[in-house]
Amino acid sequence: MNIRILAAFAVAALVAACGAQKETAATTTGAGATAAPSGPVPGSEQDFVQNVGDRIYFDFDRSTLRPEAKETLDRQSAWLEKYPQVKVQVAGNCDERGTEEYNLALGQRRADADRDYVVAKGVSAARMTTISYGKDRPVALGSTPEAWAQNRNAITSVQ
Amino acid sequence: MVEKMHALSLSRRSLTRRRLLELSSALAVLPVIAEAQPAPSGTAAAAPASTAGGSAVIDVDRARAAPIPIAIPDFFGGAGELAHLNHDLAQVITNDLANCGLFKPINPAAFVAPAQAFEQSGVPAWHDWQAIGAQALVTGRISGASGDSIRVEFRLWDILPQQQIQGTAYTTSVKNWRRVAHMIADAVYERLLGEQGYFDTRIVYVSAVGPMAHRIKRLAIMDQDGANLRYLTDGSWLVLTPRFHPKRDEIAFMSFAHRQPRVYLFDLTTGAENLLGMWEGMTLSPRFSPDGNSVVLAATRGGASNIYVVDLATGRKRQLTDSGAIDVSPCYSPDGQQIVFNSDRGGDQQLYIMNADGSNVRRISFGQGRYATPVWSPRGDLIAFTRLGKDTWNIGVMHPDGTGERLLSEGFAVEGPTFCPNGRVIMFWRATPARDASGAGRTSRLVTVDITGFNEREVPTPTDASDPAWSPLGA
Repeated sequence: MNIRILAAFAVAALVAACGAQKETAATTTGAGATAAPSGPVPGSEQDFVQNVGDRIYFDFDRSTLRPEAKETLDRQSAWLEKYPQVKVQVAGNCDERGTEEYNLALGQRRADADRDYVVAKGVSAARMTTISYGKDRPVALGSTPEAWAQNRNAITSVQ
Repeated sequence: MVEKMHALSLSRRSLTRRRLLELSSALAVLPVIAEAQPAPSGTAAAAPASTAGGSAVIDVDRARAAPIPIAIPDFFGGAGELAHLNHDLAQVITNDLANCGLFKPINPAAFVAPAQAFEQSGVPAWHDWQAIGAQALVTGRISGASGDSIRVEFRLWDILPQQQIQGTAYTTSVKNWRRVAHMIADAVYERLLGEQGYFDTRIVYVSAVGPMAHRIKRLAIMDQDGANLRYLTDGSWLVLTPRFHPKRDEIAFMSFAHRQPRVYLFDLTTGAENLLGMWEGMTLSPRFSPDGNSVVLAATRGGASNIYVVDLATGRKRQLTDSGAIDVSPCYSPDGQQIVFNSDRGGDQQLYIMNADGSNVRRISFGQGRYATPVWSPRGDLIAFTRLGKDTWNIGVMHPDGTGERLLSEGFAVEGPTFCPNGRVIMFWRATPARDASGAGRTSRLVTVDITGFNEREVPTPTDASDPAWSPLGA
């Protein structure tokens, strides 16, 4: 067996592991906390989602942080202090009751408000990037006030 | 009979699309001749000189109330592999004229004039056409030219005064036959309504497929009537808001490539995509200036979104707004002197106009609700917009001074108007709400409506569609 074949195997194994990990994270996000016997690995995305809270919500057409959003961001800041190697991206999102271009800017404003708060808590800005998807990445697919409330968010993901 | 050929080459920006057409004006069998005068380059075609004895032009308002009855029998002369074109050319012309709402093509089943009689004499059987109420008649003859090219000779006849009012021959590669049909429909529109048509145009839009939580969006381009659809991007990245360059075969759009949402330019001839400038934040909502030398867009920074203009030759940026608010969706007036845009500087989304240098900002929308996505009519007299009410949205128009607001369409989500080149028709997209929490029932479709609010029609697309932009004429 030559080394090239070995390399190919290694790549395949990495891809598989990666896929499995993503799957777990997605399931966890979707179904809420389902505590595995051992619990998520401290400092992992799963740990962040389950034990800290990866998202905050906004009022309609607003980017001001609600009190409960600040509490979530306080926990996020503490967690990021604890795991200084972790980098995150904050994605700002909007409900479907706004126009596409405006919502892109509004989603960015929400992501910036989130990021600015966490940075003010002492987390290095270099560890945080932001992006806005406007109304293009809804987490709730219905067309109800409840679904829209869920879609007005900023979601932080471990990079 | 004399036949004079003017080998005028039309503005052909795309190699695939535009290179192979030649237009000649054909002398008529009857004494009255109208010469088509296609523009030699980039600019829109000039109106044909009004020739003595030409038809009385019916204005558009009258045609809306009473669409012009027109007969478009199958063309003749196409033989062998070209035989299908006899019917197909007539069909494309018929669809164009019917869809615009200003013409009423007469059902061919009602035709009494034998086709052979015309083919032999070259003169319409006037009374037969008059008997079925035709006010105008379109005839066409197809002949094979050299290689794979065809020659299509078209004549427009005014039935009551019994005269030919236009005769034009097109020579082109056979694969461009649909364009010839659209150009003929444009010639009919222009000759009978006194305004340039808009059928020889394309639409670029965003096609969406897949589950709502994982939509795949691609840039798509098609003829105005839905034919010749092709996809420009492969769906790897989210793409939004494509807009045509006014003169070159180029599109400005927004891409999330590499998770860096930025404005790009897409070269339709080569397929090359190029990032437009280096920016700290997101760039969005691009539109070309009317001269095509720059792009006006929005760029985000520090929670705000500001409007910039980027010179395409030098890459130099100039910041036009700095309100700390969300300023997006800028669009130039057709003379390039002013820019209309969307801003929430007053508390919620409204429409504002400023001079092209950023000075003299004033609000123009004062109706109920929020206002967004302003676009300036190519005629300069109207601004189309999206109005967001509490439960429903509208597409509407107002004058640039904010007066004369009229709502043209309403729905759960109607958004993003774009004008056809003559300013008579607006295309936008209509999204339906989900029926349940799974997202079932959601659709997104392109729709056209006349600027008076009549003749609303869905534009056929094979997938969900949004973000339409109408090309210039002949592009």
